[in-house]
Amino acid sequence: MASGVKPRVKVPKTAAAGDVVTIKTLISHKMESGQRKNKDGSPIPRSIINRFTCDFNGENVIDVTLEPSISTNPYFQFEAKVPASGDFTFTWYDDDGEVYKTSKSIAVA
Amino acid sequence: MGIRKIHPMAAVAMFALAATPALSDENANLVVNGEINMTVRAAAPAHMENVSEVQSGWLFRANETQQFQMDDFDNPGMIWVDKAAASWSKAEGSEDKSCASCHDDPESMAGVKAVYPKWNEAAGEVRTLELQINDCRENRMGAEPWKYTGGDMINMTALIASVSRGMPVNVAIDGPVQSTWEQGKELYYARTGQLELSCANCHEDNYGNMIRADHLSQGQINGFPVYRLKNAKLNSVHSRFKGCVRDTRAETYSPASAEFIALELYVASRGNGLSVEGPSVRN
Repeated sequence: MASGVKPRVKVPKTAAAGDVVTIKTLISHKMESGQRKNKDGSPIPRSIINRFTCDFNGENVIDVTLEPSISTNPYFQFEAKVPASGDFTFTWYDDDGEVYKTSKSIAVA
Repeated sequence: MGIRKIHPMAAVAMFALAATPALSDENANLVVNGEINMTVRAAAPAHMENVSEVQSGWLFRANETQQFQMDDFDNPGMIWVDKAAASWSKAEGSEDKSCASCHDDPESMAGVKAVYPKWNEAAGEVRTLELQINDCRENRMGAEPWKYTGGDMINMTALIASVSRGMPVNVAIDGPVQSTWEQGKELYYARTGQLELSCANCHEDNYGNMIRADHLSQGQINGFPVYRLKNAKLNSVHSRFKGCVRDTRAETYSPASAEFIALELYVASRGNGLSVEGPSVRN
């Protein structure tokens, strides 16, 4: 199992209705590609985050498939239009079956 | 006729000029998270004879690199600060104590980084932050000391530096540390290696100039530990010193050696007045 995995996100706390906000996400993960070999010459098994999604109030905002050779600590920055107050939920799927979730609320004035 | 031949050398010169990386705005100011105001230029401390203004290495980096440091979310160094924050309260060793057992929150360390290296009266020696951390681990926690430039150690120094950000570096150079400081100064001006370069040749005589593709800074260490784009991890002061000395094609001193401790004290004192920036972002 991958160790030291910690998801983090940055979402503005407030916005006006219909605003486009910038969302930044980063998950600390070693993203072992499966292509490398250890000192004995045997391959190091692949261990990556293979999928990342973001939903807003149940509606999908972004759904990303990640491939090997994406570097450690994958970072995504994207924009989302916010029609009303609600919660962004972020989900990362690990090769080992682990799922990391976090969410952030945004208030529309 | 009418066609002007461009001399090959002129073409090369034009290319070289175009290939010079975009240099940063020298009047920029560093504000982190919109709330920590950093002093990136200050009047030089009185002991410096050849420089009138000290400047943070942040000023010498490209705009994109500068921006990395302006927000903790974008600053990759903060990932390791978070890791150290997790180990802050992890009890270890025969005494079953953690950093938190004596020091409460990491925030209680505010101001510590600004005055290191400093004199330790009980031990009768100049202590860097790393030496002090290992003293705590061995004598108060009964735990194994960390490797001086190892990951755990750098992370912890990054955490301790991060809570002092914005505070002015204020390293003492007189009293019991004076002889060590003098030794550090001598090392700073001593030429080493096949290239016969001293620290001063680059960082005092030529800061602001290009050394091939690199924009030479004053070699200030107020931003340490530093996240380098070059190796995508945090780097300690002594690792950096080692890299610099190696580049002069000399046999280097070792991290934690008396020479590097003295040099760290002297170089830190050249940054008195600048803000603690660690973990900073450089290339």
